[in-house]
Amino acid sequence: MNEIIPPFNFQEVIVEPWTILGSEHVWVVLMGFLVTATCGSIGVYLILRRMALVGDAISHSVLPGLAVAFLAASLVAGSGAAAGGQMVEAAATGAHHNFRNPTLMFFGALAAGILTTMLIEVIHKKSRVKQDAAIGITFSSLFAIGVILISVFADKVDLDADCVLYGEIGQVAPFFSPMVEVGGVGIGTWPVVRMGTVALLTGLVIVFFYKELLVSSFDSGLAASLGINPTFVHYALMCWLSVVVVSSFEAVGAILVVAMLILPGATASLLSHRMGSIFLIVILHSALSAITGLHLGYWLNVPIAGAMVVMGVCFFTLAWMFSPSQGLLTRWLRLRVNSTSRQPAPEPGS
Amino acid sequence: MPRFLKISLPALFLLFAASSAHAAKIGDITDTNVWDQMFRFFSLRDPSLRAVLLGSVLLGVSCGLLGCFIVVRKMSLMGDALSHAVLPGVALGFLWNMTKDPIAIFIGATIAGLLGTMVVYAITHTTRLKEDSALGLVLASFYAVGICLLKRIESLAGGNKSGIDKFLFGQAAALSQDDLILMSVITGVVLIGVGLFYKELLVCSFDVGFARACGLPTRLLHHGLMLLLAFSVVISLQAVGVVLVSAMLITPAAAAYLLTDRMHRMLLLAAIFGVTSGVLGAFFSFLGNSLPTGPFMVLAASTVFGMAFLFGPRHGTLARWWRQRSRTNRVERENTLKAIFHVIEARGFKGEGVSMEELAARRRETLDEARDRVRELKRNGLATYDVAGEATYLTPEGWQRARAIVRNHRLWELYLTSEANIAPDHVHEDAEEIEHVLGEAVVLQLEKGLHYATRDPHGKIIPSSAEIYQPEAGSPRDEAVGYGKRT
Repeated sequence: MNEIIPPFNFQEVIVEPWTILGSEHVWVVLMGFLVTATCGSIGVYLILRRMALVGDAISHSVLPGLAVAFLAASLVAGSGAAAGGQMVEAAATGAHHNFRNPTLMFFGALAAGILTTMLIEVIHKKSRVKQDAAIGITFSSLFAIGVILISVFADKVDLDADCVLYGEIGQVAPFFSPMVEVGGVGIGTWPVVRMGTVALLTGLVIVFFYKELLVSSFDSGLAASLGINPTFVHYALMCWLSVVVVSSFEAVGAILVVAMLILPGATASLLSHRMGSIFLIVILHSALSAITGLHLGYWLNVPIAGAMVVMGVCFFTLAWMFSPSQGLLTRWLRLRVNSTSRQPAPEPGS
Repeated sequence: MPRFLKISLPALFLLFAASSAHAAKIGDITDTNVWDQMFRFFSLRDPSLRAVLLGSVLLGVSCGLLGCFIVVRKMSLMGDALSHAVLPGVALGFLWNMTKDPIAIFIGATIAGLLGTMVVYAITHTTRLKEDSALGLVLASFYAVGICLLKRIESLAGGNKSGIDKFLFGQAAALSQDDLILMSVITGVVLIGVGLFYKELLVCSFDVGFARACGLPTRLLHHGLMLLLAFSVVISLQAVGVVLVSAMLITPAAAAYLLTDRMHRMLLLAAIFGVTSGVLGAFFSFLGNSLPTGPFMVLAASTVFGMAFLFGPRHGTLARWWRQRSRTNRVERENTLKAIFHVIEARGFKGEGVSMEELAARRRETLDEARDRVRELKRNGLATYDVAGEATYLTPEGWQRARAIVRNHRLWELYLTSEANIAPDHVHEDAEEIEHVLGEAVVLQLEKGLHYATRDPHGKIIPSSAEIYQPEAGSPRDEAVGYGKRT
């Protein structure tokens, strides 16, 4: 039992990640932060619209979209290889890693996201099955198709079960991924740059369409009367969600991303009622869980993405207990203070 | 209740039949010729294959039965959260003595699952967060903790693959005899539990207020159901995997929900669907080499659901579409009949034939459209053409239907003006809609309530039911006005 928690060595756990392999871990932490902050920001709207589980569904069903994209890329590569003899050698040496086509992956994920949203709606609207069951049926079938595809075509699809289950955030380090260079200066590794772009775009979308998103999340009737099409906002949000999920996929996998979507927003909504401070807390939460998650993962030798989520859970629990307005403990304390102060003071002489 | 025992006894019998000869693991089979594998599957000569089949049957039964209750309670995704929440329990159960001891894993997983449902309950009751966020939170958080524990254990166990990674996507071939015994015991418990408390669970699922008023311990029943649910999730883990076991709860039950309106039939159907998809999943994953079982089972269940969704006799999409189409066609036919009636009425009921021009003018349509309408009437035996095809004659049945629809329209107009005090120029649109859906019984009641009136608010004659259906007998209208009384 003692081996499950290794001895805590301050030097090894807290200092060394930054001194010995610092250049690698900066990227890992940055990636974790970008993923959590982006997912968390979208997650705020999911929570408000009570669609947290639609986020769960989409994060699962991106898998078949990715698998199909890999298969399509391998087909393209295969036909190219058949055309020229030199290509065959390239394919042979490149083995698995040649079938990665970001454009196809992007569109595969987008298609999967739209398909999920539509399937849920069709099942829910065209039959007596309720929405929750429709969500469950849709994402499990699509996820099952994805798992079957990646296990049957394991040689063509460069996604293994581990990546689906908890991601490979370590792969973003420069040791594994090429650097993007602009004018001879490396600005980051490919996955980080990609995720950073998505994060930036998400931020811009939220800033520019702040009013539309806010109104349609809180009062769809008012939104419709202001000329905002709620169906369009719904589908646009779902599409953007699939884009975000697919960019986070390789770092954190299909299931942990649900935690990234919900945890920061849930924590923030326990601490504040204002949208502005909610987004601030989301970003703070993401940064804290990314950094402490790295240390936890380093200490226990477990997947870093999982450790980041575990730290996120810890922060959520703290907020749940100690939130100044609605924390469990604060409320309990306030109740006790109130009940003691309301008790009549014992009368002198009695 | 006896029905459930009848199902469970053969299952137990099968278990002992299988356990007597448990030999090689299916994973050891190397030849992957599809036909050989198929033959091997259907001949059931492989004892370990029998074990896999028995496992799928057991999990199909228990998941199908319990799934029904969560589907009708709109708690489907509780199954999802529960199934992810058991993961840390699996890891801790494994940690107990570092082997895959089914009992320890079972206990650990059940505790973790129940803890998960309680946290969902606590979050929704003590914070502003809604149930969907709470479910998602618990699902992902417990899962993350579980993954970290599993990886930690794997790194402790060193090179030897402890086999607990099989819990994630499921590998029915890895079912051991102990697993099977546990599965059948739990399935028995589920059957007995559902059988004994069928009535209570039913009432609680559909009307909690009523159940509470009856003095039923609803909260206890809820937690009892959660316990059974956790049990069946845990026994299915080995075969279906953590990620997809929720589908085995939801999908067969939802398919059954589309096919019947009675709970006991739904339970039976869901159990059958669960078993079918379990066996089919085992079969397809058996065809390939060491393919995960879970996804195939889920896909089989989804196929069953898709069939029910499309071809269900009452709630299926095709059936609905067909009903809607035939209703639209009927309304169109009735409108044509009404137009023909109006034409004949306008010329004082003289002559029988209505030319296409007259019909087209009346409907404000082109001649071709009028021809299409008459052709549709002819196909249904309501009208005939003359030789040139330029005029149409209603058959006796068509005339009857035409008068009935005009009667419905005018009666309703009269009803609205006289009973609901609506102005006569406002009632036409409403009557246009309702004339197609009034049943004969309602019409008779309307006639009676309006004292067999003969004129509608616009002064047109209302054909009476008696005239339409028995032209030669005396009508109730005659009686009402005192005409032709023989005393």
